[in-house]
Amino acid sequence: MIKISNLTKKFASNISLNNVSCEFNRNDSIALMGANGAGKTTLVRSIMGYYHPTSGEVLINGLNPIKNRLNVLEHISFVPQLPPPIKLSIEELLKYIEIGARVDKELVKHYANEMKLDINMNMNKSFFKLSGGMKQKLLIAISLAKKNDIIIYDEPTANLDPKARDDFYRLLKQNEEEKVLLFVTHRLEEVQDLVNRQIYMDLGEIVSDERF
Amino acid sequence: MKNLYLIAYLDLKESLRSKWFLVYSLVFGGLIALFFIAGVTESQVMGFSGLSRLLLMYIQITIVILPIFILITTVRSISGDRDSHVLEYMLSFPISLKQYYWGKVIGRFITVFLPVFFAMLIAIIYGATKSVAIPWNIFFLYTGLLFAISSAFLGIAFFISSFVKSSEVALGIAFFIWIFLLAFIDIGLIALMMQERMSTELIIFISMINPMEIFRVAAISLFDPQLTVMGPVAFYILDSMSQTVFVLISIGYPVVLGLIFAFLGYKIFEKKDLV
Repeated sequence: MIKISNLTKKFASNISLNNVSCEFNRNDSIALMGANGAGKTTLVRSIMGYYHPTSGEVLINGLNPIKNRLNVLEHISFVPQLPPPIKLSIEELLKYIEIGARVDKELVKHYANEMKLDINMNMNKSFFKLSGGMKQKLLIAISLAKKNDIIIYDEPTANLDPKARDDFYRLLKQNEEEKVLLFVTHRLEEVQDLVNRQIYMDLGEIVSDERF
Repeated sequence: MKNLYLIAYLDLKESLRSKWFLVYSLVFGGLIALFFIAGVTESQVMGFSGLSRLLLMYIQITIVILPIFILITTVRSISGDRDSHVLEYMLSFPISLKQYYWGKVIGRFITVFLPVFFAMLIAIIYGATKSVAIPWNIFFLYTGLLFAISSAFLGIAFFISSFVKSSEVALGIAFFIWIFLLAFIDIGLIALMMQERMSTELIIFISMINPMEIFRVAAISLFDPQLTVMGPVAFYILDSMSQTVFVLISIGYPVVLGLIFAFLGYKIFEKKDLV
């Protein structure tokens, strides 16, 4: 599903990714680990088509994520590490997602309820005024409702309390089949039960890739 | 198209809720209110009286503050979203870059143009209720000029926003452009003329490519065909073309300039790393 071949990304003289090659296939559930500056975020952003590679290529289902951006993003759900300060109300954000990405609003509400987040009470509230945990729950609910076969989570549980983490793991377990799940994390123990592959990056290179 | 309108609509709604929009609307609405309170319509200065006088004062103040208002509020549109990682999340959905960018441009244009237009419209309506003669020719000319100047500076702001990574730098560049163009309205040009090292044609050319100068000359030329209050540059401009042609250029040129800058901004936005 995701094929990364000899990918190098430089920012001025700084090499963020150095000739990285790997493949992520259906039913792979990966913990992508590494110290700060190891290149994890650059790799994720390259998969999403945000970065133009200096050399090498990324293919998602055989498509280039920059040239075929819309087709590729039809298959990807993404939750960032820190919820961005989106000033839209929840109603407006859901409208953006419903019209732009054809995500069923009711399904978002369903997953939000499963995460113990009642968004009906907050529909007119600006997204950025929600608490950190509420924002994260909503973004997770949106990612699940999007029903994609590639799900990318960057430190998804950073703002969640233990109960919410359990809900998150339970929902992911129910939705993980036939998908690629990519977790960017510093704490393997948090996603250990969910992953079957661990990739460790350092200084822009993959230094270990283990399956279990 | 559906996504384009959606993004324009959401950007418009977001702007309407923001504090800068409140200040922006209050400044321009307040100016008109202040003029009425101060009795500008009752005064007669340099031959201008009634609503004409009020609109002239409004446009003279607008030429200085409208460009900087548009620049500082718009220049952070994309660079601010990039800075705060909003762009990273919003563009993780299958929405084309073209729709996202031009949707933002349309939404922001409505936001910056409507308050300045409505302020003028309020003046006209209030004038009508007071049975003051309404200078329709000036009203339509100024509407066209405000539309044009808004387009020009919006395009420039989106251009800056597309390539600058931090919103602080974007603000700095916006401020520099405003000061630079403002200086070339009079101070720079007069200095050039005094030095007499450059040809008159070049000086006129410099003034003609400056949307602020062209706006200013067009705004006053209707009142003062002899340009006694305008100075030498305006005199040269209207000496070389008819007033009608100049008015058409003064509306058409800034719109085209704005579109060119907005288009260049889009090309950069499309070709560069998004976050």
